[in-house]
Amino acid sequence: MINAISIKELNVVLGDFLVLQDINLQIEEKEFLGIIGPNGGGKTTLLKALLGLIRPIKGEIKIFDEPLQVNRKFIGYVPQFSNFEKDYPISVYDVVKLGTIGNKENRESIDINSVLAKVEMLEFKDRLIGQLSGGQKQRVLIARALASNPKILLLDEPTASVDTKSGKTFYELLRVLNDEITIVLVSHDMGVLSQYVKKIACLNKTLAYHDSKEITHEMLESTYHCPVDLIAHGVPHRVLGEYKLH
Amino acid sequence: MFELFTYDFMINALVASLLASIAFGVVGSFIVVKRISFISGGISHTAYGGIGLGYLLGFNPIYGAIGFSVLAASIIAYLRKEKNQFEDTLIGIMWSLGMALGVLFVNLAPGYAPSLMSYLFGNILIIPTNEIYLMALLDFVIVALIATFFNQFQAITFDEEFARAIGLKVDLFFYLLFIIIALTTVILIKLVGIILVIALLTIPGAISLHYVKSLKGMMILSTIIGLFFNISGLIISYYLNLSSGATIIIIAVISYLISLGIVKIKNYNSKAVLNN
Repeated sequence: MINAISIKELNVVLGDFLVLQDINLQIEEKEFLGIIGPNGGGKTTLLKALLGLIRPIKGEIKIFDEPLQVNRKFIGYVPQFSNFEKDYPISVYDVVKLGTIGNKENRESIDINSVLAKVEMLEFKDRLIGQLSGGQKQRVLIARALASNPKILLLDEPTASVDTKSGKTFYELLRVLNDEITIVLVSHDMGVLSQYVKKIACLNKTLAYHDSKEITHEMLESTYHCPVDLIAHGVPHRVLGEYKLH
Repeated sequence: MFELFTYDFMINALVASLLASIAFGVVGSFIVVKRISFISGGISHTAYGGIGLGYLLGFNPIYGAIGFSVLAASIIAYLRKEKNQFEDTLIGIMWSLGMALGVLFVNLAPGYAPSLMSYLFGNILIIPTNEIYLMALLDFVIVALIATFFNQFQAITFDEEFARAIGLKVDLFFYLLFIIIALTTVILIKLVGIILVIALLTIPGAISLHYVKSLKGMMILSTIIGLFFNISGLIISYYLNLSSGATIIIIAVISYLISLGIVKIKNYNSKAVLNN
């Protein structure tokens, strides 16, 4: 079986700091991997390396068995929604359309309306992006990523808390997308995450990953460098409790 | 009033107003939505060095302004690309240095420099016909570039990080945008002067942002608003014998405050409806 993402011995330095050290990770096709870790632990850096925005000092990344440069087009990216200009006069439809401009084929073949329907945002297509709620913005950013017709979706700290409308919840939506697309999601919010993802890795400079959804005491403690309460109340794979850093 | 527009200099002033309105309506919209008015101020003020140099060496100062502002745009684009921590400070230094060089060059030149005030504060009534042609050419280049790369410019100003992630040449397009800002500045210098350029680059955009639903709409409305500022400023300054640049800016600021007031009242009312 071909791995969607294959990372070997990845080391990334930012400024004077070694941010990622000897990262090894194989992600199968149609996997749904959650990566948790403290702020500053290298989660966003790992995503940026996967997008080719940061050049590692060592190691290699392969996408569907080809070098990153060749197959980067298969990766869709959903950044934190706090990164774009809030008052920008642009409609939901046009935001999603921006997702197609990296690739000429997509520009002609992708139907923006059907992409919007997939994330249940079609009725808002003429709204200004700034007039949406946080959860709605998140869906639009997912639609924008889908407009590049990706096989892999990378999500940076999605906030699902504000989304309470009827219809599918944010994570249910991701689950549906996961039928066709490999998803990698990073977050410091492990509580919500652990209910939906298929597998979990812990990242804080190094990566702790056992190809499963179990989080062990050792994984958490080595990631957060402090004791963490881990209570499984008989609910499968449910992780509860405080995990504050300080 | 219409006998006013039978004078040649008035015809030139009107044509210049129209040309300038288009440039700053289109370019100013990007400046407002991407919040880069400080960068734009740096580019426009540095141009004064080129004006002084032109005066000192005896060539048309407007070409000096083009050279210096394009150089400033290149430096800022480089600082951004390298993610220089002190980008802000360095732009401020370049801004003052450009102005200081301009003053020194004029000092070094023999004789008295009577026309330099018009570069600082503008005088729309003394624009010669050959400079109208230059403005028209720059206008054409600016609008053609933005029309050609509209999607790319929209992508980098809306969400820089995402634009990078989908493989757009973000740094290159920012460089191009800064060059366009430099050229726009040159068009505006004769109209309102270096000191006041930034107001005309931002105020029409800031007003129209309250009323539009798309970037294209913002550009069109900004152009119309800018044209209104220019022509009303032109007429008032002519009859009251005031500085045209300063009059245009005062009208722009008053209009901005009125528009802001209208929006605040509208928002207050709609909130009141929601609460009841």
